[in-house]
Amino acid sequence: MKSLAQVVFSSFGSSVGKKLLVALTGLALLLFLAGHLAGNLLIYRGPEELNSYAHELHTALHGSLVWIARLGLLAAFVVHVALTISLARDNRAARPHAYAKPATVQASIASRTMILSGLVILSFVVYHILHFTVHVADPSYDALVFDLHGHKVPDVYSKVVKGFSSVPISAFYILSMALLCTHLSHGFASVFQTLGLRSARTSGLLKLLGGLYALVIFVGNVSIPLSVLGGFIKPIAH
Amino acid sequence: MESKLNLTLKVWRQSDRQSQGRLVTYPAEGIPTSASFLEMLDIVNEGLISNGEEPIAFDHDCREGICGSCSLVINGVPHGPEKATTSCQLHMRSFRNGDTIYIEPFRARAFPVVKDLVVDRSAFDRIQQSGGFISVRTGSAVEANSILVAKDDADHAFRAATCIGCGACVAACKNASAMLFVAAKVSHLNILPQGQPEKDERTIRMVQQMDAEGFGGCTNQYECEAVCPKEISVDFIGRLNRDYAAAAAAETVTA
Ligand code: HEM
Ligand code: SF4
Ligand code: FES
Repeated sequence: MKSLAQVVFSSFGSSVGKKLLVALTGLALLLFLAGHLAGNLLIYRGPEELNSYAHELHTALHGSLVWIARLGLLAAFVVHVALTISLARDNRAARPHAYAKPATVQASIASRTMILSGLVILSFVVYHILHFTVHVADPSYDALVFDLHGHKVPDVYSKVVKGFSSVPISAFYILSMALLCTHLSHGFASVFQTLGLRSARTSGLLKLLGGLYALVIFVGNVSIPLSVLGGFIKPIAH
Repeated sequence: MESKLNLTLKVWRQSDRQSQGRLVTYPAEGIPTSASFLEMLDIVNEGLISNGEEPIAFDHDCREGICGSCSLVINGVPHGPEKATTSCQLHMRSFRNGDTIYIEPFRARAFPVVKDLVVDRSAFDRIQQSGGFISVRTGSAVEANSILVAKDDADHAFRAATCIGCGACVAACKNASAMLFVAAKVSHLNILPQGQPEKDERTIRMVQQMDAEGFGGCTNQYECEAVCPKEISVDFIGRLNRDYAAAAAAETVTA
């Protein structure tokens, strides 16, 4: 009898099995992005709303919730990246001799640049965490505190305003969001096909929803650096 | 009067599996628009033979779009520019006088070139042998109507069964994936009651054989569906993914 490990390895180690895991982790990341955007948009309700939300997130379950989420996301991200790179290499190897006159009948540009958009997202995520979570880019963020009804809590609002006041940083965020959203515009509908939940009947609807989802994520996130640069989101007056 | 075309062909010539191969330019003059694409190549070959040159080798058999032998990539598109049409059923009226036409073999690691435009597609046979069958009791025949098949299922299975195994899906796919072929062959049997006993095993084995042959995986770009001469739907790939997930889950949790 084959052991559990052997069965899992052979079933989920095939091209179809790996792709199922790519779709499941991609779906988890899609859901995370929606939640993350909802949190980000609280900035429009002012420093108090955003900072108290961030404070709750970081203190829920005695501070363990945020770590459970971080570990889950890290796992999904690592699996997604490792498997897509492995699949992309296999796919490349499957056609050692290119056509002298290549043609594309209908594949979208987004679908043909998934590995490129993915690798830009990867570098963006690393930068984003160093920038806003670890504060490597600017250690002065550590000192930003906000008075939430007498409690001293980290001042996420001022951190965002400070970060996006820099044009190059905002530009990098906006560019990364653009590539993230091409990734999502193909990825969203693609998940349904990979999980066997798409058909010709739902294909048009899924494409439309994927486009809308990518647009919402793009416009929502990009509006924040633009609002900071445009002076619509203002520093806290002291 | 029927019009004639003067064309320039850029044809892949390769004398055997080992040799390098290169594109060679040939004029194709006085081609009637009523000729099929393969007849056009026949005319060019007549000229080559009368000059004492080696004719261009290409696969063909039925020349009526049902056997799946013909396998040309015409201007980068397997089976050429017409929808739902094999190379043998493509006619020269689809081209214009003065056109330059690139003719290349199907390109995939799993389909090595044998000679010129002929590729070895025995990988498909091995995939088929790994699970594309049902086991039936031999001996006295069972009553044909004892297994009922719903009309919708019969139609659906039949649509999958119209795949002629030409391999154009592989040739068109950016990843040289055989998913559309495998999906059609798996679904054809998985949809029918006769295919149920071996369903999970078939699904897993045919996918594993596909991987072992060196085909790529699916990235849901649907180039395959666009070129398939039988218009096999990518819905079958979704179904294959679903059947595979169920089979893998069942294998993981049950004995
Ligand atoms: C927030 C981050 C990310 C999200 C939300 C995301 C989402 C998705 C989704 C939903 C898919 C479609 C899965 C399918 O076809 O079934 C996908 C595919 C893909 N992702 Fe990501 N992804 C992210 C990050 C990355 C990164 C960092 C890479 C870097 C290598 C990457 C590379 C790919 C590739 C190459 C594919 C295509 C896989 C294929 O079609 O075989 N992704 N992604
Ligand atoms: S699915 Fe279509 S393109 Fe692929 S082998 Fe079958 S008939 Fe040919
Ligand atoms: S020669 Fe038989 S399908 Fe083209």
